[in-house]
Amino acid sequence: MKNKTYVSGYFPDDKDLIIAIKELQEKNVDITDVRTPFPVHGLDKVLKMRRSRLPRAGFVAGAIGSIIGFGFQAWVFTEAWPLNFGGKPYLSVPSFVPVTFELTVLFAAFALVFGFLIRSNLGPGADNHIFDEEVTNDRFQILLEAKEGNAESLHESLQSVGALGVQLHEVKS
Amino acid sequence: MYVSPVREPLISGEKSYSKVTEEIYAPMTGRPGKTWYAGLTLALIALMFGLFSIFVTVWDGIGTWGLNRTIGWGWGITNFVWWVGIGHAGTFISAILLLFRQKWRTSINRSAEAMTIFAVMCAGLFPLIHMGRLPLGFFIFPYPNTRDVWVNFNSPLLWDVFAISTYLTVSLLFWYMGLIPDIGTIRDRLKNGIKKKIYAFLSFGWTGSARHWMRHESMSLILAGLAAPLVLSVHTIVSFDFATSVIPGWHTTIFPPYFVSGAVFSGFAMVLTLMIITRKAINLEDYITKAHLESMNKIIIATGSIVGIAYITELFIAWYSGVIYEQYAFINRAFGPYWWAYWIMMTCNVITPQLFWIKKIRRSFVATFIISIFVNIGMWFERFVIIVTSLHRDFLPSSWSMYSPTWVEVGIYLGTFGLFFTLFFLFIRFFPVIAIAEVKSVLKTSAEKFIKKGK
Repeated sequence: MKNKTYVSGYFPDDKDLIIAIKELQEKNVDITDVRTPFPVHGLDKVLKMRRSRLPRAGFVAGAIGSIIGFGFQAWVFTEAWPLNFGGKPYLSVPSFVPVTFELTVLFAAFALVFGFLIRSNLGPGADNHIFDEEVTNDRFQILLEAKEGNAESLHESLQSVGALGVQLHEVKS
Repeated sequence: MYVSPVREPLISGEKSYSKVTEEIYAPMTGRPGKTWYAGLTLALIALMFGLFSIFVTVWDGIGTWGLNRTIGWGWGITNFVWWVGIGHAGTFISAILLLFRQKWRTSINRSAEAMTIFAVMCAGLFPLIHMGRLPLGFFIFPYPNTRDVWVNFNSPLLWDVFAISTYLTVSLLFWYMGLIPDIGTIRDRLKNGIKKKIYAFLSFGWTGSARHWMRHESMSLILAGLAAPLVLSVHTIVSFDFATSVIPGWHTTIFPPYFVSGAVFSGFAMVLTLMIITRKAINLEDYITKAHLESMNKIIIATGSIVGIAYITELFIAWYSGVIYEQYAFINRAFGPYWWAYWIMMTCNVITPQLFWIKKIRRSFVATFIISIFVNIGMWFERFVIIVTSLHRDFLPSSWSMYSPTWVEVGIYLGTFGLFFTLFFLFIRFFPVIAIAEVKSVLKTSAEKFIKKGK
């Protein structure tokens, strides 16, 4: 197994972080990851992240939930076991609305949550490497992956933009 | 430093990010105090008594309850609706207030959501017990069976099954997804050991990566968008249990909005009752401030007034409908044998919350605490009035009856308090009571200092 080398540095404030990221981008440094204690406003734009497709996944799953919910109730009352309620139609759409709605929400919620966990490699027992335990406290960390021994230059460029605690990390991949 | 002339800071006391972490983490460290142990013991005793009462109900049968052929729904369903109502505050705070971008919610959403989950668990117990044969509880789910029949999708009681189980599931997912960054924070505060391993497992490997945060925010927003109508649907469907029947006093179209606002009203009252104690007990005074109190009390006035208008509208419509049975049902509520329950409800729900129009009262912790308890009591009596007084005068005067609970019913109610508080005590000990990451994200957007007008 080949070890991966990372260079990390942190900022005590989110404003400095964004300025530093912009400076690094001007120097054409590829930013592997940025880790923050809370969602930093505007960071996704600076890092040019694609918009998450989770809403779409939620919509599709919700639509499936609606179809299953409505379809199943319709099948039960028209095909499987038609019951006559005071001469009312077998396919009584209004009374199918609550269950259809609940299943829509349930399916969409599961799709969103599991979509989020799977896409982010998170889950019970997930063992993601944590470079600095203070990131979840008050450090805004920039993480750069070193390739072909450019660790030194990355180290320097991180320091030049004012990052604190610049370090090398060897991680088993 | 930004000084705001109008808005109070969301968090008082000048905080750094690490101070926020430290202060919210503090109650989870060290040995829990004596009050914690005392509280947990009391809650466990209540829970045990409740379990015993449930055992008596199941072993000896429903005859151990005070119900009779006229009054088939008593404390059991009253408590069910009451607990479901309390379970409406958390998701309202975290979903609807998120959509309305109310930043003050960040200090209370975590604990309110926890209360929601615990309250819905308590609520769910009652219909199960009411079915009498607990091991056959799964009959309520549509599953392929040898009898070839399906559940009745036309019944509001079945809609309830779907609404409440969906609500519990979605609230749990929403709550836990909000928790993982904070569990990550706790994990990173802990030194090596079994505790760290447990939190590492529970944190789902959270790293705080910007990509994860982006997805997390996107997911939270859509989940909130789904949970908002879900909150409204749950109590709407609970109200259908009554509204779709033909009992005078139940058969009214006003029920869904009236029940939903009542639910938010009682839920907020319960959150206030508990948070006022919790903030003192675990030193979170800087995070739950008078400004939070005021915002919540404003929602209490709004929903409480909706409930008040609903009561009056019901009376008016009963008169206006010209239906003598409907008119009798309402006159009987106010002046019949259960008049006291009706007037407790009226006083606690309509009159006392109006005191919050006075600024001093809605910014006072003591006053809010007292009024929130009044609201809790009033909302319990509302359900009791709706259920028992509507049933006890049946269509045939020969069936008229009265109802009072036996110790078994009271025991089960106490037991749900036990369950609720056991879970709540464990929650405040083992999880961060305030959403750490969310509080940090609003730290800068709120003014750090504010100058009162005229000073």
